[in-house]
Amino acid sequence: MEIENIQEVLQAHKLSEAEYENIKSILGREPNLVEIGIFSAMWSEHCSYKSSTKYLRGFPTKAPWVIQGPGENAGVIDIGDGMAAVFKMESHNHPSYIEPYQGAATGVGGILRDIFTMGARPVANLNALRFGNVLDKESIGRYQRHLVRGVVEGIGGYGNCMGVPTIGGETSFDECYNGNILVNAFSLGLAKSDEIFYGKAEGIGNPVIYVGSKTGRDGLGGAVMSSDSFTEESKSLRPTVQVGDPFTEKLLLEACLELFQTDHVVGIQDMGAAGLTSSSFEMAGRSGSGMIMHLDKVPAREEGMTPYEFMLSESQERMLLCAKKGSEQEIIDIFEKWDLDAAVVGEVTDTGNMELFWHGEKCAEVPVDPVSEEAPVLDRPTREPAYLSRIAKFDLNAEEKIANQDAYNKLISSLEVVDKAWIYDQYDSMVQTNTAKGPGTLDASVIRVKENGKALAMSSDCNPRYCYINPEIGGALTVVESGRNVAMSGAQPLAITDCLNFGNPENPEVMWQFAKATDGIKQACEKLSTPVVSGNVSLYNETDGISVFPTPTVAMVGLNDDEHKVLPSSFQNEGASLYLIGETGSDFGGSLYLKELYGKTEGTLPEIDYEKELALWKLVIEANKAGILNAAKDINVGGIAVALSKMAAISGKGIDAKISVGDERDIFSETFSRAIVETNDDAAFEAKAKELGLAIEKIGTVGGESVSVNDVSIDLGELQTIYYNRFKAVIEQDL
Amino acid sequence: MKVTILRFPGTNCEFDTEYAFQKLGCDTQIVWHKEHDLQSPDLVVVPGGFSYGDYLRSGSIARFSPIMKEVGEFADRGGKVLGICNGFQILTESHLLPGALKRNENLHFISKHHRLKVENSDNTFLQKCEKGEVLNIPVAHADGNYYIDEQGLKELRENDQILLTYCDENGNTLNPNGSVEAIAGICNKNRNVFGLMPHPERAMEEVLGSADGIKMLEGFLA
Repeated sequence: MEIENIQEVLQAHKLSEAEYENIKSILGREPNLVEIGIFSAMWSEHCSYKSSTKYLRGFPTKAPWVIQGPGENAGVIDIGDGMAAVFKMESHNHPSYIEPYQGAATGVGGILRDIFTMGARPVANLNALRFGNVLDKESIGRYQRHLVRGVVEGIGGYGNCMGVPTIGGETSFDECYNGNILVNAFSLGLAKSDEIFYGKAEGIGNPVIYVGSKTGRDGLGGAVMSSDSFTEESKSLRPTVQVGDPFTEKLLLEACLELFQTDHVVGIQDMGAAGLTSSSFEMAGRSGSGMIMHLDKVPAREEGMTPYEFMLSESQERMLLCAKKGSEQEIIDIFEKWDLDAAVVGEVTDTGNMELFWHGEKCAEVPVDPVSEEAPVLDRPTREPAYLSRIAKFDLNAEEKIANQDAYNKLISSLEVVDKAWIYDQYDSMVQTNTAKGPGTLDASVIRVKENGKALAMSSDCNPRYCYINPEIGGALTVVESGRNVAMSGAQPLAITDCLNFGNPENPEVMWQFAKATDGIKQACEKLSTPVVSGNVSLYNETDGISVFPTPTVAMVGLNDDEHKVLPSSFQNEGASLYLIGETGSDFGGSLYLKELYGKTEGTLPEIDYEKELALWKLVIEANKAGILNAAKDINVGGIAVALSKMAAISGKGIDAKISVGDERDIFSETFSRAIVETNDDAAFEAKAKELGLAIEKIGTVGGESVSVNDVSIDLGELQTIYYNRFKAVIEQDL
Repeated sequence: MKVTILRFPGTNCEFDTEYAFQKLGCDTQIVWHKEHDLQSPDLVVVPGGFSYGDYLRSGSIARFSPIMKEVGEFADRGGKVLGICNGFQILTESHLLPGALKRNENLHFISKHHRLKVENSDNTFLQKCEKGEVLNIPVAHADGNYYIDEQGLKELRENDQILLTYCDENGNTLNPNGSVEAIAGICNKNRNVFGLMPHPERAMEEVLGSADGIKMLEGFLA
């Protein structure tokens, strides 16, 4: 079947002339439409990582505790006593901007499937959200607030119904996200370390079974959509956003976990982006197998669907599995118990080809390996962004000086600082009865592990302002900061997953940011011994030529040996001593201070001192083990004044802190590698800090009805009112 | 003490409930909703979650599951039944408890630790608690807004069927979801069927923020 209007077809599938020539040489003939659809999906940026592969190859991915690194549905680490943690983070940015509820909901659904397809029950979710200017008085602000409400509702709607607690995350705002919000969802599951399932299809003659929801036309071409920038017309893309059904996914979860108790499964993979195409090709590809599939046997939601639509639909809540021959009926019985469709749609072959049939007739045949192996790997041009030399010249002392108290008042009401209960109260954070440190408690979130009495700490972080003014150090800091948060809870950071959100890769300046940020992540992971075990790249976060700040979100996972020794991040005991660990300089590059008071994201970043950072982690982890700490919190945006204020607001306990600084504004400085700890044993703590060679300063004791930090102060009740009420007032102002 | 915990499609607190009762030393079993045998329990728990995705109306489809007929007969014979969250919704839909649960007043899901005041401890469930005592128990629901008409409310009051109300740390009324009279939990007239929106099974250990759920669930063991 010759395609007549081939130019139009190629354009609609975002395939280049060169890629088309390559397809012809792979097939040895002209492709038909089904085959073009397959190549288009598999070679889309979303599935092939063609722009980013070059840079991801350098990531450290190994450590003695890593069971599975990148390349599978999720990464796996050993957490002792025969247990493993399975985790990954993924973006659902483009769909969430178009249709916030369903976009965010299906993002959660997708990441949960990535976890339970590995044989793990998901036990904790996090999410990292970036929105535009919600304070804007005009249409941008109204739309952004609508997006906040829709995304939060969608995440809650899906995660709550699944019975997986959402235990933390982060939310920030910047004008650079006005045209492209970022919705990054993280999930972590638990499995026995010798019962992990992989996405493979092997053993000639073994059946290929489709399970879960029926296939419809929703999400058709979603992977291709996500591989382009937005323009004015993008709102017409709504039909490419999938619709989620968390109840069906809950049934699918339970049915799969029940199935994993049998020994029928050879391999299993969820159908995410590019649906049946990517799951079948990836499973066959990992095993070097071929596969036959009869598309007319795929359960369909509507009549009249074509092979092309079956292969490219992104209907949710579906899985493809390869089973041992002879076990078909028992598998179908399990899914029927859970009221789900299950159908044998094909089998594994040794041809190395994917052969697709439609009512007995072959409708496509594509060799499996070349589709993934000959996927284009691009070496896109890079160029240092022009803005960098300009913003590096920023000099705070050349700006008009703002009184410290005025600056403080502004910073503590910043949306980046205030409590986000309006968001996290909509998420069930306690189901499964493991949440030892939940949302709103600052720094890392923690669940205990019933199976071994340990605790898993996790934190997702990225400071996009840092990444904008210095993508390399900013990228490295995402790892450092998420690790520090985990360490502050008393857990040893072990490994990361990443979600790299960038602008248009065809813009050399964006590609330069990507190259530098991934370099930074790589360095930090090496220095801190926290390899990358899974991840995701989201490019084309650009609207009308404006790209988002580089936003490489990192989620760190760490292990605490004792569930009873999870360290809080807010004040605990009246009269206890507070210490500042680390030295404070005048570091305002990319700071919240510049952003909130001068409306600028400028300046430079100092180098990271990894030895100091590791010593800080060690001090807190060891002192906590020795039982001499009551609380620990890292210092980041807004500096020590903001960190102390948050600790006070949450605990309802005041503080009068005196910190030695060179310039009075340094209480807002964001110098790296610092933390605040609370202890009732000054001598033991000071000895420990000395042993590790860390600078410490006793800054005050917990107590009182006000918060003062050097020359700024506020009544505790007033602080709490701002801290707990401000976010809701902003987000609900239109209702 | 033998506890039967029901499992519907979409239930998600069955293992939490099992873990909580096992901590109290009970024998537990999880029974699938299509079964017809409750397996002679001392207590039936209808746990929380989203049975049938809460589609149509929370609890409205689950009430037609085969096992609910057995639960009705078990309750009629005086057997003890506890419905937590979605379980409470299922019990009102099944008319084993009076009233109904509507969408929260703010239209959002609400998840947080909340204080509850014990209004009546003269019953199996709350016998280990003191009247007027304030407990710290998680809530997590979208449809927790308890509604009952004037006449029904009068009967609840007259028969001391209001067991728990939402309050603040000092025991003053604080209503998170718009419930009539801030009602969080009730029992039937015969005092053998209990329902509440909050989750005592999530408050069994200090490491999770509260252990106040122990003295609630322990009532069934006495």
